[in-house]
Amino acid sequence: MSDLNYKVIIGLEIHVQLATQSKLFCACPNRFGDEPNSNVCPVCMGSPGTLPVMNKKAYEFAVRTAMAMNCEIARYTKWDRKSYYYPDLPKNYQISQYDLPLSQNGNIEITVAGEQKKIRIRRIHLEEDAGKLLHEGNVGFSQVDLNRTGTPLMEIVTEPDLSTPEEARVFGTELRTLVRTLGVSEANMQQGQMRLEPNINLVITKDGKQYKTPIAEVKNLGSLRALERACAYEIQRQLADWEKTGVTMETGFKSTRGWDEQTGTTVLQREKEEAEDYRYFPDPDLVPVVVEKDWLDAIRKSLPELPIARRARFQTQFCFSEKDATTLVEDRATADLFEQALSLGAPVKVLCNHFISFWAMHANQRGVSIAELGVSAPRMASLAKLVGDNKINNTTAAALAEKLLTCPDDPADIAQRENLMQVSDASSLEKILDEILIANAKAVEDARTPGKKQQKAFGFILGQVMQKTRGQANPQVVNQLLQKKLAEKN
Amino acid sequence: MQITQLTAFDLLDQIKKRQLTARDAVEAFLKQIDKHEKTIGALITVLPEYARERADQIDQMLADGRDAGPLAGLPIIIKDNLCTQFAKTTCASKILIDYQPPYNAHVVEQLEKAGAIIIAKANLDEFAMGSSTENSGIKTTRNPWSTDCVPGGSSGGSAAAVAARMAPVSLGTDTGGSIRLPAAFCGISGLKPTYGRVSRYGLVAYGSSLDQIGPLGADARDIALVMNVISGHDARDTTSVPESISPKPDYLTKLDTPLKGLRIGIVKEYQSSDGIDPQIVAAIDQATKLYEQMGAQLVEVSLPHTQYAVACYYLVATAEASSNLARYDGVHFGYRTPNPEDYIDVYSSSRAEGFGDEVKRRIMLGTYALSAGYYDAYYLKALKVRMMIRQDFEKAFEQADIICAPVAPTTAFRVGEKTSDPLTMYLSDIFTISANLAGIPGISIPAGFSRDSLPIGLQLLGNYFDESTILQAAWQYQQHTDFHRQIPAGFIEQ
Ligand SMILES: [Zn+2]
Repeated sequence: MSDLNYKVIIGLEIHVQLATQSKLFCACPNRFGDEPNSNVCPVCMGSPGTLPVMNKKAYEFAVRTAMAMNCEIARYTKWDRKSYYYPDLPKNYQISQYDLPLSQNGNIEITVAGEQKKIRIRRIHLEEDAGKLLHEGNVGFSQVDLNRTGTPLMEIVTEPDLSTPEEARVFGTELRTLVRTLGVSEANMQQGQMRLEPNINLVITKDGKQYKTPIAEVKNLGSLRALERACAYEIQRQLADWEKTGVTMETGFKSTRGWDEQTGTTVLQREKEEAEDYRYFPDPDLVPVVVEKDWLDAIRKSLPELPIARRARFQTQFCFSEKDATTLVEDRATADLFEQALSLGAPVKVLCNHFISFWAMHANQRGVSIAELGVSAPRMASLAKLVGDNKINNTTAAALAEKLLTCPDDPADIAQRENLMQVSDASSLEKILDEILIANAKAVEDARTPGKKQQKAFGFILGQVMQKTRGQANPQVVNQLLQKKLAEKN
Repeated sequence: MQITQLTAFDLLDQIKKRQLTARDAVEAFLKQIDKHEKTIGALITVLPEYARERADQIDQMLADGRDAGPLAGLPIIIKDNLCTQFAKTTCASKILIDYQPPYNAHVVEQLEKAGAIIIAKANLDEFAMGSSTENSGIKTTRNPWSTDCVPGGSSGGSAAAVAARMAPVSLGTDTGGSIRLPAAFCGISGLKPTYGRVSRYGLVAYGSSLDQIGPLGADARDIALVMNVISGHDARDTTSVPESISPKPDYLTKLDTPLKGLRIGIVKEYQSSDGIDPQIVAAIDQATKLYEQMGAQLVEVSLPHTQYAVACYYLVATAEASSNLARYDGVHFGYRTPNPEDYIDVYSSSRAEGFGDEVKRRIMLGTYALSAGYYDAYYLKALKVRMMIRQDFEKAFEQADIICAPVAPTTAFRVGEKTSDPLTMYLSDIFTISANLAGIPGISIPAGFSRDSLPIGLQLLGNYFDESTILQAAWQYQQHTDFHRQIPAGFIEQ
C-alpha cells in the first residue's frame, strides 16, 4: 500500500434513561423489573381519548444535563410527533422534539493521554421511550411489555468530533460520570440506562485523493469497553471493505450494524437508501413549553460541583494523581464519601492512601464502587485517624480494613480488642527495652562502637523490641529510647 | 305537559320539588327511545339497566335529603366518541365495534358527579368525520323533521335524539361544525365552546387542535345548565384553560340581562355568498331585525380570510387525524383482521377492513400533507392561514360583541344526496369551520322553517371564553320566538 492514510470520524448518539419517579407524560412509576404491563395506565397504553401531560421533573433533569454541558437552553420549545408503526409503540407515534430541542450547542471536555479536547454537543432533547417485545418461548407470535413505554429518555447528539476509539470510550466515561454526578440517571449500560450509538466512518487519503467510507451506525453496545472495541473493529472493517470494493459514501448506503460481543464483530442489520419519513409535526395535545428565567436560574444554582472541577480539586487539594482523581470522581457517592470522611477529621494523606490502596482494591475485587462497600464515612475516618495518630501502622490498617467489611464495629474498638494498637507509651517500652539490653550485652557493645557493626546491632535491638511487642511498638519511640539508653551508659 | 316535552330546566325543577322522580324521568325517555329509535336510528347503545340503577340511587339520595348535584336525575345522551367505562365506545367505527374503554371521559365524570344519568350513546359519522352522519359504520340516522333527510353531522345522533325527545339534552363534539350543523338541521340549540373551555380528556380525538365537546338541547338555558357542569380546567388536558387565565363563570346568571347596546357583527363576506338558500338569508335577516328591535346595534365586520377556511381545515384536521388514528392497528385494542400473514398485515388488513371510506380518505389526505417535501406547502401554509383567520376574528371582536351568521348554506338534505360527492359535502361546513380554526365559541339556534318545514339555524359566534354573551343573546332571542319550542309531529307523547 503506497501512501495511504486515513482519519477516523466518530459522532455519538446517546440515549439516557432519566431517573424520575414517574413517566414522561403520565403518572405511572418509571421503574424496571416489575411484572410485564404492571406499570401502565390508559395514557401510556395509548387508549383512545387519553392526553399526555408533561413531567416537569424530566424536563428539569434534561436542562440540568444541558447546563452541565455548557449548552444553550431554549426558552421556548414544543413537542412533536414522530410517526412510525411498530408493535412496541401503542400510539404508532413517539412524542419527541424535532426542530426546537430543549438545548443546543454545548461541549464536554475530555482528557486523553494527557491531552485535553473539547467535544461539541449538537443538541439535547427529550422523548418518550417505547415498550419491549418479548419473543422468548413464543411460536408464531410475540408479546408486548409496555412498562417502559412513555418513560423519559434524553437524547444527546455530539458533533463528529471524536477521532479514536479511545476518545469515544473516554467521552462515554465522562458522560456517565456527569449524569451520575447530576443525579439524573444511574447510567448503567448493561441495563440499557445509557445507550451509546456511534456513527463512524473514515476519510481515506490515497495517492493524494480523498475517499469517504459509508457511515455505519453501531447499536447494541452493552459497555464502554464494547464501544471502544466496536469502533476499533469498524475502522478495520471499513478500511478492508474499501480496499476490496472501493465503496464510498457516494456509492454505498448508510448502514446500521449490531455489535456482537461474542465474536467481537459488527453485523449488518439494514442499509437505507434515503432517510425515513417520520412525518414530524407539532403535537396538538401538548402546549409549548415556555421556560422562565427564574426557573433556569434556580436550576443553575442547584447544580452540584461538576466532575471536571471536582477532579481538578482532588488533584490540587488532595494530591491525587490524575488517574486516581478520575477514578474517585467517576462515582459521585465515592467522592462524596471521601470528602465526608475528610470532614470528620481524617488526615488527608492517610485517607488518600487508603482510598487508592486497599479501599480501591476491595471495591475492584467485588465489582462495586468504594461507596458500595458498606463502610461508612465515620469508620473510614476513624481508621485513617488511628494511623495519623500513630496508634497503628499502615500494615495494621490494611488488616483492619478487611475486618471492617464484615464487622460493623468501629476500627478503634477492634484494634483495642485485638491488641493491635501501637505501643507508644515510653515507660512500658523502656521496661521491655531494658530487658533486651541486659540479655544482649554483645549487641549493645557493638551498637555503641562506631564502625561497621554499629548500624547492624542497632537494627537487631530494634527488631527484638518489635518481636517482643508483636509489631505494635511505635518504631520512632523505640528509636529515641534506644539512642538515649546507649548514650547514658557511655 | 308530558315528561319528554319538558326542558331540562323544568324537568330538574320538578325532580327537585319531588313532583317527579328520577326513575319516572328515565322511564319516560326510555319509552320514547323504544318507540322511535327504529325510525330515527339515533343511538348506538341504550343503557336501560344502568340508567335505572343510577336513577334509583339518585332518588334514594334525594329521599335522604342529600345533595345529589345540580343535574340530579337529568337523563342525557352522549356521543359515542366520549369514553365510558360502563359502555362500549365505538366512534361508529367497525374498528372499535366492541371497544370498552378502561376509563371515563372528564365530561362523563363531571356529568355523573352532578347527578345526570347517561341513558344512551349516540350515533355519529365514523370518528366524527362527516356532515350528515351517513359515514357511520354502524347505522344511518334520520332527521326527525323528515326521515328522508339527514340529521346533519357529525353529532347527528345527539341532535336527532334531542329533536325526537329521546333525552332533554345531549353532548356532541364539534371539530368543524359537528354540533352546530346537526343542531340547525334538527331544529334544536347546540353550543361549541371555546377551544380549551371543556376538557377533551376522554374524547376520542379526530382533529385535536379543533375538537371541542359541547351540549345540545332545546334552548340556551338548557345548554347553560350543562355547560356549568362540563366546563372548567382539567389538569389532564394541558390545552384546557386554567382558572387563573379564564375563570369558569355561572352560565345561567347573564341569560336574562337585556341586550340593549349589544353590538352584533354582520359578516361582509357572507352577504355575497353564492349557493346559500335564500330562505336561510331571509331567516337571518329576520333575526337581525328582531335583535335591533331588542336594542342591539348592528355593525358590519370583515373576515377576509374566511374563504380559505375550508381548504385550511381539510389540511389541519386531516393531518392531525392521520396521526391520531394511527393507533387503530389491530395490535393493542379494537378490531384485528382474522388471519394476518405477518405483523405488517395485522396493520394493513385490520385498518383496511376496520375503517370506512371517508376515514381512509382523510387519513390519506393528512398523511400526504405531512409527508417530507409537502409539509411546507400544505401543513405549514395551512397553519399560517389559520393564524390569519384567527386575527380576522380578533379584529372583528374589537368592533362587535358577537357575530351573527348562517350555520349552513342549506337546510337538511336528503339521505344519499351528497354521499357520492365529498367536496359538496365538505361545503356544508363553510360557515362553521372558521370558529374551530380560530378557537372561538359558537352556538346554533332555531330561527325558522323552510317551505318544506325543515328547520333553519342561526349561528352566533362569540369572543374567546365569552360563551356567556352568545348564550345570553340566544336566550333573549328565544324569549321572543318559539321556533325552539317546536317538536316534530309524531314525537309528542299522546
Ligand atoms: Zn401510564
